[in-house]
Amino acid sequence: MKSLAELAAIREKMKDKVILREGSGEIRVVVGMATCGIAAGARPVLNAFVEGVNKEGLAEKVTVSQTGCIGVCQFEPVVEVFEADKEKVTYIKMTPEKAAEVIEKHLKGGKVIADYTITKALA
Amino acid sequence: MKELSLNILDIAQNSVKAGASLIEILLTETPETLTIRIVDNGCGMTAAQVESVMDPFFTTRTTRSVGLGVPLLKLAAEQTGGSVEIVSSAQAEDHGTAVTALFNKNHIDFTPLGDIISTVTALIQGAPGIDWQFVHSRGGDAVTLDTRELRAVLGDVPMDQYDVMQWIGEYLREGYAALPACE
Repeated sequence: MKSLAELAAIREKMKDKVILREGSGEIRVVVGMATCGIAAGARPVLNAFVEGVNKEGLAEKVTVSQTGCIGVCQFEPVVEVFEADKEKVTYIKMTPEKAAEVIEKHLKGGKVIADYTITKALA
Repeated sequence: MKELSLNILDIAQNSVKAGASLIEILLTETPETLTIRIVDNGCGMTAAQVESVMDPFFTTRTTRSVGLGVPLLKLAAEQTGGSVEIVSSAQAEDHGTAVTALFNKNHIDFTPLGDIISTVTALIQGAPGIDWQFVHSRGGDAVTLDTRELRAVLGDVPMDQYDVMQWIGEYLREGYAALPACE
């Protein structure tokens, strides 16, 4: 059974790490989680990013957060990637599978997947 | 929405936006019914606002002018012969909102609850600074989670820390495994 003692152990382990994490997060992944996003399947996409980023050891570099309606409901689930000194990348019609690819190629490899972006859809 | 847990995720976001410091998600099942209550201590709404959130063309959002959250919940409840009630107060002393939705589980148009654990973890991940109380009671037993209890142990460690999120997911899964199935 899960116990509060395990949480105490996490606290112990995190003692020094928490301070380290602040001020990092060079890349921000933002998942649209308004009614439109949720109805279109944003919840599993969010999960895929949260899990994937941690499993790939990117947590120091990448923060995953949620936002409301981005204003392009027909393209939901929408995920925006913000990186210092770079233009924002807007991925559309996301799925957990596409999220895994974005983690691998974009967040890890630094290469935008143009096919999944809104720029491509509007071109 | 394909799952009621998605409606819950959506409606609870309104409580986050209302500046609540505590949000309760209370699910109560009987053999015939499911009651979903989302209670917050946020800024609350005026009587006129409560009236208008039921209307799909009312929203506080500025990016577009249609708000479907409450109407979708209302639709899901009413199509089972159930209902949605909103009680809210915007008074300085005692403010907050309680949304109560009643469903008839045995109705053919009842939407399944779905992955409620993912909804709880997504809510905590999205608003780790506020407190969440989750109670799902069924057959005289309940699955419960109160972030205030976790926070007392975690101290400064943020609730959205991955290890903590995993613990919460696992804790809830164990709770559900021990909860009696529908009677």
